[in-house]
Amino acid sequence: MLIVRRLATALPSVVGVIIVTFLLTRALPGDPAVYFAGPAATQQAIAQIRHLMGFDRSLPVQFLDYLRHLAHGDLGTSLTTGQPVLRELATRLPASAELTLSALLLSVGIAVPLGIAAALRPGSLIDHACRIITTAGVSLPTFFTGLLLIYVFYYLAGWAPAPLGRLDVYSTPPPHWSGFYLVDSLVAGDFDTFRAALGQLLLPAATMAIFSLAPLARITRASMLAALGSEFIRTARASGLARRRIVYGYALRNGLLPVITTLGMVFSFMLGANVLVEKVFAWPGIGSYAVEALIASDYAPVQGFVLVMALLHVALNLVIDLLYGLIDPRVRLEA
Amino acid sequence: MTIAAFAGIRRFDGTLRHIAYVLAENPVTGFAFAMFSVFVLLAVFGPSLAPYDPLASDTAQALTGPSAAHWFGTDQLGRDIFSRVVVATRLDLGIAVIAVALAFTAGTLLGLAAGYCGGWADRIIGRAVDTIMAFPLFVLAMGIVAALGNSVANIVYATAIINLPIYARLARAEANVRRSAGFIEAARLCGNGETRIVLTQLLPNILPLMMVQVSLTLGYAILNAAGLSFIGLGVRPPTAEWGIMVAEGASNIISGEWWVALFPGLVLMAAVFCFNLMGDGLRDIVDPLRRT
Amino acid sequence: MSQPAPGDDCRHPLLRVEDLRVDFHTRSGTVRALDGIGFELQRGEIMALVGESGSGKSVTAYAIMGILDAAARITSGRIQFGGRDLLTVGEKAMRSIRGRELAIIFQNPRTALNPIRPVGRQIADILLQHGGVTAAQAPRRAVDMLAKVRIPDPERRAAAYPFELSGGMCQRVMIAMALACEPALLIADEPSTGLDITTQAVIMDLVVELVASHNMATLLITHDLALAAEYCSRIAVMHAGHLVELAPTPLLFTMPRHPYTAKLIAAMPGEAGRLDMLAAIPGALPDLRRPDLPACRYAERCERAAADCREAPLLRLTSADGRQIACRHPL
Repeated sequence: MLIVRRLATALPSVVGVIIVTFLLTRALPGDPAVYFAGPAATQQAIAQIRHLMGFDRSLPVQFLDYLRHLAHGDLGTSLTTGQPVLRELATRLPASAELTLSALLLSVGIAVPLGIAAALRPGSLIDHACRIITTAGVSLPTFFTGLLLIYVFYYLAGWAPAPLGRLDVYSTPPPHWSGFYLVDSLVAGDFDTFRAALGQLLLPAATMAIFSLAPLARITRASMLAALGSEFIRTARASGLARRRIVYGYALRNGLLPVITTLGMVFSFMLGANVLVEKVFAWPGIGSYAVEALIASDYAPVQGFVLVMALLHVALNLVIDLLYGLIDPRVRLEA
Repeated sequence: MTIAAFAGIRRFDGTLRHIAYVLAENPVTGFAFAMFSVFVLLAVFGPSLAPYDPLASDTAQALTGPSAAHWFGTDQLGRDIFSRVVVATRLDLGIAVIAVALAFTAGTLLGLAAGYCGGWADRIIGRAVDTIMAFPLFVLAMGIVAALGNSVANIVYATAIINLPIYARLARAEANVRRSAGFIEAARLCGNGETRIVLTQLLPNILPLMMVQVSLTLGYAILNAAGLSFIGLGVRPPTAEWGIMVAEGASNIISGEWWVALFPGLVLMAAVFCFNLMGDGLRDIVDPLRRT
Repeated sequence: MSQPAPGDDCRHPLLRVEDLRVDFHTRSGTVRALDGIGFELQRGEIMALVGESGSGKSVTAYAIMGILDAAARITSGRIQFGGRDLLTVGEKAMRSIRGRELAIIFQNPRTALNPIRPVGRQIADILLQHGGVTAAQAPRRAVDMLAKVRIPDPERRAAAYPFELSGGMCQRVMIAMALACEPALLIADEPSTGLDITTQAVIMDLVVELVASHNMATLLITHDLALAAEYCSRIAVMHAGHLVELAPTPLLFTMPRHPYTAKLIAAMPGEAGRLDMLAAIPGALPDLRRPDLPACRYAERCERAAADCREAPLLRLTSADGRQIACRHPL
């Protein structure tokens, strides 16, 4: 029941996203056909493109065409590679997904325990460290952090491999199963490739994680403090419940609710930060795909990228809403 | 002195004392205000303060590390990095300030209209804001700049658009709460028109919270603009801008010439950090209940 | 109203609080919240702690339970319960005592319950914590407790969340939680204040009935003198961290000895003939952070105050029958 309701509220967002991406394609100054035909096109080619892409028709009709193309999975063709945009996005998506998910796991894995520890020991060293990380973390420009990490861990310390993408020059990709090199190499039992892929993944994932660490730790600490100070915790203490149960069973479950909401904001950031991190680390994901296309004035991939990212974002927020509803019965049961 | 003037001064004195209390409690906030003044000075007087011409290249001096002559070293074209960083302050701060000003004005007005009038105005504005927020904001900025064209003006518009929803939502929430408040009713009864009420009664009441948000958004806007120029949008070489300087220095980092990217990056960080701290400090002054 | 049970030895009360002093360290100074509180409670007795907001009633209760805020410091005193001094037994022992031998019910029942946990499970948690029940038996016992506090349809209600229940039902759940392990002493901190009038009476009646059936001692904390009069055999009056008078209920009302008590009784709404004749007590509680507090903290509000009330140390008199009075010039 909740799922249906939440889907219904997500629908207007999807509609809005599609309309906006459509408008973005038509907002190009000058003749859009020129942009899509490319700088080397002849007048005839331009006229052909104009007719082919329907730029000579009225706006509402163009929109219907656009919808029809979308329904068929046609996001246009890349000028630079000549391939259909959707296929290229699909091929490169696993790289970005692996990076983003690793960063998320790393971020949550550090931020939440840190926030809980800071809340449990107010005024201690951990608390102050948490506060500093929180304030400083949000100020770090992601691309700069990435470069700093490369300088320190690759150039100075020599621990990290060269930031040349998902694998080093000696390894070959494992047989395709999920597209995630970490998973695929384990499935194939190839530990050398696993280690190589992990090595390449560490720095970029850390870069993305550092920025989202800050809001997550801050919210965790604040909401744990609020939960621990609330009246039902006083009742639990007065009932003689064990400390472990009070902190983790009672306080934490309540305290995690705002953290889940913050995850939505973190996702929004990460989907954007993808672009920057992939550029710095030469990661072959959809972010770097879009940036390369952008520099080359190849617009179809950029629009495809924006559309896909937005739809992903809506879907992820939906999942977060559902997760929230799972933990908080007030959301589930209230009419 | 008239009673009213006296009351006014008492209130101001009270506010000043409160601010002094917060600054004393939180020396970090005072530090942030000091940093902010430094940045403003750099933005205003930058070009006159720079020891070298930021665009003057001197290939003989290319890629020299920090020294007495060049405090931040030189880049691959022999340009003095310190001068470039100082001059870039005006551009980066300028982009951020204009973008946030636009976002704040448009967002607040739209939000007030939505929250105060309700009805279909609320629904349309709400939908528009929700649609913007449905995009990952940096991605939307990329798309807007790609669509409108690669220029600094469009960076400003894109940054303004993606920051609009925060103000719209904040204004709408506050307007909603106060819509039926007593002092609004009183103003209405005195015969004030609706627009007048919104501007003279509602606006001053929500301004403090907005100011907190402005400071935080400025930090975010600077990051955004720098990020966009890092990937090659908006600012073109040889213009000096923090993001593009980091991008230019990126390839040098791998070969060990760390100063080309580090100094612009550090100053960028400092600016964002300063605005975030100021925002936190302002929040403590305005609404101590929300301290974290 | 229950009298101490026959055979109860007044020399071995269930609870004895002696010279309890509690300070709170805050940013704006040290609040001397309790300054030498002492009283005894017998098994099966219902006693009231009465006073204005801020008089220290809840602080006393929380000190006994050991759930004071982190900013609190118990600077002196003893709390004898079941042959032990609760202030020295240590946290581990206290955790075993809380909920099992000592229990408390709070004001605002809905916020005092975990909002995202079914109420039956919250009761079961307590049963499991203090042992004697297996994981399989706990849910059944929880439902039994709900039935005991007269919640209709207890099986279904056990799976409900607090937000699905009314205020009165939430308070019943709290009572069930407190009484689940059959404690010897129940502290009721303004248990009916957050409820409407009819529910107030029902809840109080329920508490009194359950307490009597288990021969539990009860400490009722309230600002409502009339409520205390109706349900308690003895009343202790608190003012600004001092226990100013303690007497059996009928004696307190017929022969109040402390000026504050007399004022409190006169201020009861039933005493006034008309609304505009409602008596008020002048002044307000003194700021307990002041370094220059008078020895008797009521001195600044009292019409009978003399110079020695402010300077000379507070005179506390306890008579053989347990009556207490803290006044140099009693009525």
